[in-house]
Amino acid sequence: MASPLMFFFLATVAVTAALGMVIARSPVSSALWLVLNLFCVAGLYLTLNASFIGVIQILVYAGAIMVLFLFVIMLLNLSTLPEMEEMNWAGVGGFILGMAVLSQLLYVVALEFDLGVEPVAPETAAQVGSAATLGEVLFTRYALHVEVAGILLLAATVGAVMMAQRKFN
Amino acid sequence: MEVALNWYLALSAVLFTIGTLGVLFRRNAIVLLMSVELMLNAVNLTLVAFSQSMGDPGGQILVFFSIAVAAAEAAVGLAIVIAVFRSEVTVDITEINLFKH
Repeated sequence: MASPLMFFFLATVAVTAALGMVIARSPVSSALWLVLNLFCVAGLYLTLNASFIGVIQILVYAGAIMVLFLFVIMLLNLSTLPEMEEMNWAGVGGFILGMAVLSQLLYVVALEFDLGVEPVAPETAAQVGSAATLGEVLFTRYALHVEVAGILLLAATVGAVMMAQRKFN
Repeated sequence: MEVALNWYLALSAVLFTIGTLGVLFRRNAIVLLMSVELMLNAVNLTLVAFSQSMGDPGGQILVFFSIAVAAAEAAVGLAIVIAVFRSEVTVDITEINLFKH
């Protein structure tokens, strides 16, 4: 765990970036806001001493997945920006639903404020989050799961190529 | 002084809600998929916070697989968006009604 200052700085930027992603009109701006958000969450992983997941987050999410999104936006060539949506009943209902989700989640967090979880020492946490520990667990106890995940990614790649070739009529 | 686990959970709740609002409000299918990624990311933050607090690597293994599934989901989702765009020339989800006849 790191200093509160670092946490609150990263948290503020992450929430701002998430809001910017939802509010931005252009899909490219949305994608860039999301990249900023993903980098902040990677920083939060590093404040938790989870170095392996932090690096994976930057490599896979901020690197590969967001490049995929930006390529698709570029391919589709969406020249006209969408009109600002006027307020309607569906929007009001969506806002109420979103606030209900937020209040429920925060209620659960506040209800169990004393979680009874005694945080382990930072040295232990850094050791648990290191690539050495996670790699050892991943390739012994979860070796089959890694294989299945590999097959899933292969199937997704083949399926994506098949889908992108198709034309619905 | 250290940051309590509850702050990470609260931040995760806020990020998840913003993702939900994005799914509910936006009509662009690509931004919709990005909001889903944001929600997945918020849940990953919860898992990593718990895993690091309890000193158990299991949670981070789950996050590893969750990232793999998110990558697969993004690839297939964007392929569907491209396929729909080729016939409908729009990514506005209110105008896409391929199953309606």
